[in-house]
Amino acid sequence: MTQKLRLDGGRLDRTKALNFTFDGQAFQGYEGDTLASALMANGVRLIGRSFKYHRPRGVFTSGSEEPNALVELRSDARQEPNTRATVAELFDGLDARSQNRGPSLRWDPLAINDLFSNFLTAGFYYKTFMWPKSFWEKLYEPAIRRAAGLGSLSMQDDPDEYDKGFLHCDLLVIGAGPAGLMAAQIAGRAGARVIVADEDFLMGGRLNAERQEVGGMAGHDWAASVVSELHSMDNVRVMPRTSIIGAYDHGTYGAVERVQDHIHTPVSGKPRQILWRIYSKRAVLCAGATERPIAFPNNDRPGISLAASLRAYANRWATAPASRVAVFTNNDDGHRTAADLMARGVDVAAVVDVRQKAAKLSDARLIAGAQVIGTKGRQGLKSIRVRHSDGRLETISCGALGVSGGWNPNVHMTCHQNGRPVWDEDIAAFVPGADLPPGMSVAGAAKGLFTTTDALRNGAEEASAILSDLGFASGGATELPQADDAAYEHEPIYHVTHGKGRAWLDLQNDVTVKDVKLAHQENFRSVEHLKRYTTLGMATDQGKTSNVGALAVMAELTGKSIPETGTTVFRPPYTPVTVGAFGGRSVGAHYRPIRKTPSHKWAEENGAPLVRAGNWLRARWFPKSGETHWRESVDREVMHVRSKVGICDVSTLGKIDVQGADAAAFLNKVYANGFAKLAVGKVRYGLMLREEGILYDDGTAARLGEDHFVITTTTANAALVLRNMEFARQCLWPDMDVQLISTTEAWAQFAVAGPKSRELLQRVVDEKFDITNETFPFMACGELSVCDGLRARLFRISFSGELAYEIAVPARYGAAMWRRMLELGKDLDVIPYGVEALDVMRIEKGHPTGRELDGTTTALNMGMERMVSRKKDSIGSVLDQREGMIRTDGLRLVGLKPVNTSETFTAGTNLVNDGAEIVINNDQGRVTSACFSPSLGHCIGLALLKNGDARMGEVVRVVSPAQNTDVKVEVTTTHFFDPDGGRLRA
Amino acid sequence: MGGVFVHDLHTITPLGALVPRVDQLNGIIIREVSDRALASLALRWGKEAEGRNAAERFLGLELPAPGGHAASDSFSASWIGPNQWLIGADITGHELMPYRLRDALAGRASVTEQTDGWCRFDLEGTFCLQVFERLCRIDIARMAVGSAERTLLDHLNCLVICLEQGRRYAVMGPRSTAEALHYALLTAAGSVN
Amino acid sequence: MLINHPLLGPRDAQEFIYLGDARLIDRPDWQAADAQEQFFEYTYLRDNPAGEHKELWFHEYGDRSWLVVTRNTVTHEITHVELASEAARARGRSK
Repeated sequence: MTQKLRLDGGRLDRTKALNFTFDGQAFQGYEGDTLASALMANGVRLIGRSFKYHRPRGVFTSGSEEPNALVELRSDARQEPNTRATVAELFDGLDARSQNRGPSLRWDPLAINDLFSNFLTAGFYYKTFMWPKSFWEKLYEPAIRRAAGLGSLSMQDDPDEYDKGFLHCDLLVIGAGPAGLMAAQIAGRAGARVIVADEDFLMGGRLNAERQEVGGMAGHDWAASVVSELHSMDNVRVMPRTSIIGAYDHGTYGAVERVQDHIHTPVSGKPRQILWRIYSKRAVLCAGATERPIAFPNNDRPGISLAASLRAYANRWATAPASRVAVFTNNDDGHRTAADLMARGVDVAAVVDVRQKAAKLSDARLIAGAQVIGTKGRQGLKSIRVRHSDGRLETISCGALGVSGGWNPNVHMTCHQNGRPVWDEDIAAFVPGADLPPGMSVAGAAKGLFTTTDALRNGAEEASAILSDLGFASGGATELPQADDAAYEHEPIYHVTHGKGRAWLDLQNDVTVKDVKLAHQENFRSVEHLKRYTTLGMATDQGKTSNVGALAVMAELTGKSIPETGTTVFRPPYTPVTVGAFGGRSVGAHYRPIRKTPSHKWAEENGAPLVRAGNWLRARWFPKSGETHWRESVDREVMHVRSKVGICDVSTLGKIDVQGADAAAFLNKVYANGFAKLAVGKVRYGLMLREEGILYDDGTAARLGEDHFVITTTTANAALVLRNMEFARQCLWPDMDVQLISTTEAWAQFAVAGPKSRELLQRVVDEKFDITNETFPFMACGELSVCDGLRARLFRISFSGELAYEIAVPARYGAAMWRRMLELGKDLDVIPYGVEALDVMRIEKGHPTGRELDGTTTALNMGMERMVSRKKDSIGSVLDQREGMIRTDGLRLVGLKPVNTSETFTAGTNLVNDGAEIVINNDQGRVTSACFSPSLGHCIGLALLKNGDARMGEVVRVVSPAQNTDVKVEVTTTHFFDPDGGRLRA
Repeated sequence: MGGVFVHDLHTITPLGALVPRVDQLNGIIIREVSDRALASLALRWGKEAEGRNAAERFLGLELPAPGGHAASDSFSASWIGPNQWLIGADITGHELMPYRLRDALAGRASVTEQTDGWCRFDLEGTFCLQVFERLCRIDIARMAVGSAERTLLDHLNCLVICLEQGRRYAVMGPRSTAEALHYALLTAAGSVN
Repeated sequence: MLINHPLLGPRDAQEFIYLGDARLIDRPDWQAADAQEQFFEYTYLRDNPAGEHKELWFHEYGDRSWLVVTRNTVTHEITHVELASEAARARGRSK
C-alpha cells in the first residue's frame, strides 16, 4: 500500500487518505486524486487492454480526452464500464477493474490478435469473413463481438436516480481555465447572470497543472481566489463536475453535472447526475486545447503519455509513472515538462527534440534533431530507441515517455451547428472558423492563443464585448493579472519516418499509420471514407488525440495540405453521457404520466384488471368470485347489460366545450355531417375527416344551448381533435365567433346501459327532471341535477345498442356517484362493466372504432357516405370524392360470421374468396374487429371487404398463414344485434 | 342553474382522498389545493371590449395581460390564452361561480366550468426555485408576483402561478394526472440540495 | 430551438407541435370549378426550401396559439413569428 511514486506537493489533501481497489488489489490515494493519478502513485502502469489487438495499455492523458485508460467502476447493479480513469474522482471504497482482457490483466490469451495484426488491419471485416456465408452469423460475428469491445454491463437495472433540469443565463462560460475564469469574473462583476461550468472537480484548468505564477501568486491560488469570488456572487452559478456536451439551436446548451459520481453510494432520492438544458443569451467557449502525440513505432506502451499530462501528474497530483522519464517533443512546451519533472525530483533521461536548432530550456540532456523510433517493454515501457540527426541509434532506458506534438484547440463545440474549423498555419492546428453557433464566442487556447497571458486577456476581451452587446455597463477597465508569456515555438511532425513496427494514431480503436496507408491504397481517401474504413476517431473519445495526426498522414499520402484533406464533423456529446441521464426520472412506471379515471380506486378495490388506453388506465372487466377466465366475466357483463343494467366509466372520452355565436357554423366546418339544424337539447353523432378525405375521429355533439355545444372525441384523439379545431378556428376561419376549451378532466362521465337504465337513473336524477321516453327520447340531452341538487348532464346516447345514457357530474363527485348508482341499483341487479364488454357490444352493433378508423379508411368504406354533406363546406369533403376513393368496388365494412359457428377467428386476418389460393393477389380485404358474441353464441367480426355491400350472404374465408387460420365465413350486415334499433329507443 | 343545493355526495380530491394532502420535505411544503371553483372565460369575437368590461365589473379586477395573474378579494384571474382567462374563487360559497359568471356575461363571453379540470399543488419554501429548475423550462427566477405561465412540466400541460417570488408558487395540471404531477413535485423537492 | 412567441416571449420548441408549411392557411374555395385539383395541391404539394420557410407551430403546452414561424431550414434561424390568426386575416381569411 505504499505510494512509491508519490512526489511532494500537489493539489491533494494528504490528511484524507482514500482506500480503493484495482482488480481486487488494495491501494491508497488521497483526496484530490483521480483513479489514474492514484494508480500511478502506486506504481501501476498497466491499466487495460486495447480494443482490437488486446495490447497492454496505460494512462495516456490527464483529462477527458483519454483514449486508453478505460476501466469498470463499482460492482453489481452499479457496475459502470468504459469509465476514463483520468477523470474518475477517487473516493474511499472505490472498486475498479480493468476490462477487455483475459483471465488477468497481465495474461490475456486474446493478445494473440496482436500477432495476427496483419490480418486484422483496417477493413478486415469486409475481406476476411466473407466465406462461407453462413459462418458470419454463427461463428465470426459472435467471436469478434466477444473479442472486441470494452467493458461489460451488469445487465441489472440502474439503481441510481437521474434528474433533468433547465437553467437560464446571460452568459455561459464553458471551461474554467484562465480564459474562462477571467470571462466569468468580469461578467459576474458587471452583474450579468453567469453560469461557469467545468468538467473537472477542481476549477482552474491548466493553472492547476502548471508551476506558473498569475498575478503574483501561484496560478492555482489565483484560480482558487477567482472561483471563491464567483461563489460569493448571487448572479453567478459555479458548476464544477459539469460537462457541456453540445451546442444546440438558439443558445441552448446541454450539460451533464456529475453530482454524486464521486460518492461511494449515492444518497437515495438525490440524483447521481443531472442533465441540464441551459438557455443562454451568449456563451463563451474556453475549452482549452488538447496536446497531440507524435506517432512512432510501438508508441502505445504503458508509460508513454502526452508530455503535458506527465507535467499535470507531477504538478497537480504529485506523481510520475516512473522515477526515470524521457520527453519526445517538437516544441518548447515539451521542455517545460522536463523542467517541472526535474524540479519535483524526477530523473529526466533526455529531451528528444525533432528540431535541429532546439534550444536547451531545461537542465535535462537535450538531443536535438532526433526522433524516437521504437520502444521496448511489453507490459510497461523499459527503454526508447532514439535516432540521432546523424543516423546514429541510441537506446535510453526510462520507465515513462512524455510525447508532445503540439497543441490542438478544442474546437468541437464550435462545429456543432455545421461550422467547420479553419487551419492556422502558425500553430499548425485547426482553430474555430467564422461560422460559430449563433451567440458563441471563443476565448483562449480554444482559439489557438496558447500563452496564459493571451488566455487571460482574450477571456476578458470576449466577456467585455458580450457584456456591451447585452447592454451591461462595463465595470471599468479590468486589470489583467501578470502571467507567463512564452512564445509557442514548434516544428510540425505527426509521425516519425524511421523505425520498424506499427505506429498508433488512434489508441482507442487501434488504428495505426499503416491502416491509414492501406485506406489510401484502397482509395478510401476522403476524410469521411478514411474514418469509416479504418474506424479512426469513431471510438468514445471521438479521436480527440488522433484525428489531426491521421489527417496529416493522409495529407502526406495524397500530396495535399491538411486543410485540403479536410476535417470530420464534430457531433454532440463532447464526452460520453450515461444513458440514465437522458432518461431522467421518466423511467419504469414513470415513463409516461398515468391518467386515472374517477372510478379508478373502486375498480382497483374490486380486482379489475386495468389496461392502458393512451395514458389512461381503464378497467377491462370486473371479475366475480368463481370466474376463472376473462371470457366468463366479459360474457356475463354483456348478457347482464343486455338484460338488466350496467354502468361503465367513460370519462376518458375527450370532451370539448364549444361556444360562440358561430358555434354551430363552426361545427359544420369540422364535422362532415350537418350540425346547423341540430335542435337545442339534442345530440348527434358526427364524423371528422382529415382534409385528405380520410376519417380520423367520430363522436357526438350535444347542443346545450343556441350557442353552446359539448362534443366528445375518442379517448385516443382528444388532444389531436382540439388541436385541429384550434387550427380551423385560428387559421382557417379567424373571424368566427367560437371559443374552445377542453373539459375532459372536469366531468366524470358514466355510461348507464340496459333495459333498466332509465329506472336506475330515475333514482339519482332529481325528481323535478322528467326523463321519461316521451320527454327525454333517444338522442336527447340536457343539464339537470342529481342526488338532491348536484349539477349534472345527461345524454341519451348508446354505444351498446341498449336503452342507454351517459351521465356526467363534476369529477370530484364522480367516485361517490359511481358508488351511489351501484347502491341505488342493487335491486335492479346493476353491475359495473369494463372496456372489453363495451367493445363486444359495439361489435355486435357494428359501430366502428379506431380499429376501423385506422387512418386509411373513408366514410364510404364505412358505409357512412351519406353522412358526408355535399351541401356545405367541411374539412375533407372535397377530397373524399376523389377518383379512386369512390370506386364502387372498393372496401366496404361488413359483418362476418363463421359458416360453422363453432369456429373462431381474430382481427388482423385477411380475406380471400372461397376456393382461392392464399396469395397476396387474391386478397379481398381484412378483418378489423372480432370477438365472441355472447348474445349470438358464436364468433363475429367486422371486416373491410372489396365491394362488400354487394356480397351479402356470400361465403369467403378468413385466413392467416401466420396463425394457420382458414375459416369459412358468411358476409352479413354489420348490425348483428337488434338491427332495427328498437332496444335503444325503448 | 343557481342557488344553494344540498346533495349528499361526498367529494374526493384529485389525489383521490377525502382531504387534501400536505407533504413537507427538504424545507419545502407541497399542499394539494382542491378548494377553488374555476371557470374559463373567453371573450366573444367582436365583443371583446364589452365582455372585458362586464367581466372586470363582475370580478372586481383587471383581466391580466398575456402571462399575467391578478386577484381581488374574492376572485383571481390567470391568463391562459389570447382573450381567455382562468377565473378562480373559493369553492365555499362560490361553487356555482362559473354559472353565475356565465349568466352575467351571457352573449359577451363564453364561460365554462373548469373546477375539476385541474389539480393544484402549492409549493412553499426557500428552495422553490431549485425545485422548478428540475421541472420546467420557464425562467422561474425571473417570474414575479402577478405572472402565470402555461408550460410543459414533467410531460404535462401545466399552469404555474407565482404567488411570492422565490418562495411560493401554484402549479396546476390536468386533474386525472394528479398523482403523476404530485410524484414529479415530490421527487424534485427531494432531489434538491 | 426557441420560438419567440409574440405574446409570451422566447419559449422552448418542445412546448410546440409542428405542423408544416404555412400555406395550409390558404385553404381553397370548395365551390371552385377546379376545387378537387386545388385541394389536391393544397393538401399534398409542398415546397421544400433549403432556406427561409414559413411554417405553422402550435403552442400545445402553452396558450394554444397557432403561430406562423419564419425559419431558415438550413440554419434554424427564426426571423419572424406572428399569431396565425393575424396572418390568416392578413391573407384574407374571415369566416
